[in-house]
Amino acid sequence: MTESTGGIDMDEGTSGVVKKFLYVNRKAPYGTIYALESLEVVLIAAAFDQDVSLAFLEDGVYQIAKGQATKGIDVKNFSPTYRALEGYDIEKLYVSKDALEARGLTEKDLLVPVTVLGAEEMADLMDQQDVVLSF
Amino acid sequence: MLHTVNKSPFDRNSLESCLKHAKKGAAILLIEDGIYGALKGTAVSKKVEEALKKVSIYALYPDIEARGMQDRALDGIKLIDYSGFVDLVAEHNTVQSWL
Repeated sequence: MTESTGGIDMDEGTSGVVKKFLYVNRKAPYGTIYALESLEVVLIAAAFDQDVSLAFLEDGVYQIAKGQATKGIDVKNFSPTYRALEGYDIEKLYVSKDALEARGLTEKDLLVPVTVLGAEEMADLMDQQDVVLSF
Repeated sequence: MLHTVNKSPFDRNSLESCLKHAKKGAAILLIEDGIYGALKGTAVSKKVEEALKKVSIYALYPDIEARGMQDRALDGIKLIDYSGFVDLVAEHNTVQSWL
């Protein structure tokens, strides 16, 4: 007698495989659209209940600078959205120590609570991911 | 001559190249992501402060505000708005954009 699985197993595709996603942000906001578009993709990933982390390297740290006021350049200020990420269960925000230092910034200058990482720790974080998206 | 720089000094070499080629008495205007070159306490602040001894440096304040960098401009940098930008262009015969 042979056993049959008795039909197609639907579980595989829908049981919700959780992968580690890292969004790497390296550009200043407003000069280009990368910062805003990255944020849009992050919010979509949150809807899929994935394990999401955000990394801010180099000029990317400027994306989460406090006090952004964009009226003068007639562009929407999207920075408050970073504070809303918590509501989407996105709480893993990592910032490059070297990037902050080169720009004369500290954690106090940032909009949201973050974990500051040295280059080696950042490399480890990147290495642990299933998916890395670059902006 | 008026030079404009619209890219971050940490991302491109535009500011460096501009400073190298600007003659004594020239005007340099930092706009868009270029405003990060106008700030205190960064890895390029010293170089910019040195340049202020021979050139005039302006920064577009609306771009500084947009990026949350109010009150961080180096002493000696002149903060201007869009009409100031227009005036600068009108005052100078030529404009070199370091893209």
